[in-house]
Amino acid sequence: MRPTPLVFKVITVAAFIFLYLPIITLIVMSFNGGRNPYVMEGVSLQWYRELVTDGELIAALEQTLIVATVSSLIAVVVGTALAVGLARTTRSRSLEIVSVVPAVIPDVVQGIGLAAMFTLLAVPLGLTTVIAGHTVFATAFVVSAVRARLATSDPSLEEASRDLGAGTFTTYLRITTPIMAPAIVAGGLLAFTLSLDEYVIASFTSGSTSATLPILVYSRVRFNLTPEINALGTLLIVVSLVALVIGARWIGRRGKVSA
Amino acid sequence: MTQIPEDHVLEPTTLTASAGAGDDSGSAVEGGLLEVRGVRRAFGAVVALDDVNLTIRDNEFFALLGPSGCGKTTLLRAIAGFEVIDSGEILLGGEDLHSSPPERRPVNLMFQSYALFPHMTVAKNIAYGLERERRPRAEVAERVATVMAAMQISELAKRRPSQLSGGQQQRVALARAIVKRPRLLLLDEPLSALDRQVRLEMRVELKRLQHEFGITFVMVTHDQEEALSMADRVAVMAAGRVQQLDTPVGLYRNPANLFVAGFVGASNLLVGVVRANTFDSEHFGSLPLPSNPKGVARGHLVLRPEDVRIVAPGEGHVQAVVSDVQFHGAATTVLATSSVPGAPMLVAMVTGLAQVTPGDRVGLHWDTGLVVEDALA
Amino acid sequence: MPAQKAHWQSRSRRRARAGLLGPGLLLMAVLSIAPLVLVIAYAFMTRGRFGGVVPGFSLDSWARVLEPIYLGVLWNSIVVATITTLLALAIGFPVAFVISRLPPQWRMVALVAVVLPFWTNFLIRTYAWVVLLNDVGPMNKGLAELGVISEPLGLLYSEPAVIIGLLYSYLPLMILPIYASLSSSEREIAEAASDLGARPWRVFRDVYIPLSVPGIILGGIFVFVPSIGNFVIPDLMGGGKSVLLGNVIRDQYLTARDWPFGSVLILVMLAILVALFAAQAVASRRLTGKLTR
Repeated sequence: MRPTPLVFKVITVAAFIFLYLPIITLIVMSFNGGRNPYVMEGVSLQWYRELVTDGELIAALEQTLIVATVSSLIAVVVGTALAVGLARTTRSRSLEIVSVVPAVIPDVVQGIGLAAMFTLLAVPLGLTTVIAGHTVFATAFVVSAVRARLATSDPSLEEASRDLGAGTFTTYLRITTPIMAPAIVAGGLLAFTLSLDEYVIASFTSGSTSATLPILVYSRVRFNLTPEINALGTLLIVVSLVALVIGARWIGRRGKVSA
Repeated sequence: MTQIPEDHVLEPTTLTASAGAGDDSGSAVEGGLLEVRGVRRAFGAVVALDDVNLTIRDNEFFALLGPSGCGKTTLLRAIAGFEVIDSGEILLGGEDLHSSPPERRPVNLMFQSYALFPHMTVAKNIAYGLERERRPRAEVAERVATVMAAMQISELAKRRPSQLSGGQQQRVALARAIVKRPRLLLLDEPLSALDRQVRLEMRVELKRLQHEFGITFVMVTHDQEEALSMADRVAVMAAGRVQQLDTPVGLYRNPANLFVAGFVGASNLLVGVVRANTFDSEHFGSLPLPSNPKGVARGHLVLRPEDVRIVAPGEGHVQAVVSDVQFHGAATTVLATSSVPGAPMLVAMVTGLAQVTPGDRVGLHWDTGLVVEDALA
Repeated sequence: MPAQKAHWQSRSRRRARAGLLGPGLLLMAVLSIAPLVLVIAYAFMTRGRFGGVVPGFSLDSWARVLEPIYLGVLWNSIVVATITTLLALAIGFPVAFVISRLPPQWRMVALVAVVLPFWTNFLIRTYAWVVLLNDVGPMNKGLAELGVISEPLGLLYSEPAVIIGLLYSYLPLMILPIYASLSSSEREIAEAASDLGARPWRVFRDVYIPLSVPGIILGGIFVFVPSIGNFVIPDLMGGGKSVLLGNVIRDQYLTARDWPFGSVLILVMLAILVALFAAQAVASRRLTGKLTR
């Protein structure tokens, strides 16, 4: 095999520095002793202390967790059924496209569309509307994940179940769902993480009392910057990474067993 | 030479390779087209090529035969330039290839996967190598058309590789390499991806093309039947070394060691010790041994199935009971078991129908037999 | 004559279809398709005095797209998104290529390392650049101490900053599809090209690049689409100096309260996206050999 061009190697190393430099900067700056979020003045944990006593922030975190949990749970149930239905009961291309549109369409369009519709129907904006907005794209991601897995799974497993006397829904619950488990969990985790992180749709669908964490972070970054945001960012990075590692391990194990 | 149908190739009964000195079979012939001298290649602790020496003559159909992992593909890729060798030299027409990259070697490789360019039509695929030589357009077009006609793929010119059957893809891959008129055409398991029927056709076709274009072919294969039926000369490889280099008949009639005897053609292999004019078989006692040209003291007696005759019980060298009779048209294979515990099953092949059925007591007789060393080269 | 009984399959299938597809399709119809249709419909109405729309057909808003200020925004957005995409390609292709050549166990590690930053909060990621690029921030300080610069670069709150932010956020989306299209099967095809006499750069041109075109285009869409509709990064890193299509659309709905015009801009953006997807479909069909193998 031919050697890889040197330029490519140099670019790759530079790309990894580019990817990690800001994150490392943020983590270092979160231990800042001073008030200026950009300038390091001694080392302290004071901004972490501020963080845990910041009522506004804790409220926003609560809202975010509610939104992410509820929307990803609905998405897992509805999305899995939809994916199986699409794969096994219809050949319609257009239904398939409809089911993944929210994953493709720009978030600003999705957010504005929902805001316009809620206004038209006089639905008050609040936590429910944010959950509705997140459920749509979450479902689309679950559908794509499960659909990809179904495409490579053997339909004769389901036929065997029918052959052995199980009805359609028993087969769905006892055979299809367990086989799909890694994809369902992957889709659910993806939906949950994206929801935790989602700002644009939430900003159009949330009322004044239902600020999620990203909305709060956005306004703090724009208008009220303190190193507390650095500490929050560091914590969020750590939480994302831990969730990712646990999820990947679980899926890896399950995937091997059922493959 | 007896053709043994593929599905009835018998497993060698024993294959015990003990340590010891082997005989050097990499006989070098002067004035060859390609000379491989003392080539070594190791991947970490795994030695893929261990002092390989061989000479490939101009215009011959040469086969590298061996089980997977024997180093044959590594050798082929080293000749093509895709594998760096640790030591030794590869000379083409007397010139060391070491410092030329693959694109400068007058050698072409037909990949096992065919490696057709999926984004180019058949005609573009075939023209690719000539375009790299900056041949005039008219010449490229003419040579591509000629080779496509010779390969009977002219009507596929505008298709893409994904629209071709396996056999068609193979022809395109072959045409793409042949059109460059290489000094040496390397074929990596050329027939392995094809259906049985197409494979048999392509055997004939490959020989025809080799003759027609007058190009030296070097084919890698793990299929002994393929090597024996197609090649002028075959190098049998195992454990990174050439075990024997000979004509197909030579390999079959005069195997250099136990490995070659077991790998090439079907054999009865009886373990034992040579005494004066007899072979003391571990299981069958003292058997007559008219000659021992290799002067082996201890090893295996090789008996080809067609050399074993079925005779009346009580006669012949060994007594046995017929356990199975397999009919394959022109010949019939008879498998017989002796009452000696642990003794290998013996195989006889008779022309036409066998006059025995399972359960019959028979005697087995033979007049020839060769004793070979167990050790690998 | 008694009506023929339906085959069991058609009955049970219909029930299964309704049960499995029903809830999901209802969700999509109400919360995805209906809002989209509404936004499209608004583009053909006139604005209400306090926001909202006045029912009735009108094409007034469409004429405004051609006003120089909005053409300028549109052009600027396309330029910024295109530069971001090209930079992502220039960096992403070599990275994907290098990763595809790593030994298998390292390949996985490298891929995870590419995706990891993507799994951290989007706003926090962007904010990290605000910290890094700030005039008094670590980068300017570091460069000044090294003597590379004598005064701050003033990079933050400029268009290059916006491009850096977009590039940072979406680079992994370029690397992954290219990597996927450079899988191991291409290695033998590349070897075949050099065996037939192609020099190394020629192998790139004739094999690696054409074969990764579907990946390149897909990655291009993944980077271009969120870039052109983005308003968060221009807000945080452009400091209001760099106004992109996403900002204008957002402002039409939230501050200017001209929904029909906002909808027109959305349709313009969607038209660009549809054109890109169509281009991608054509390009991958031209390479069917690769896709159907």
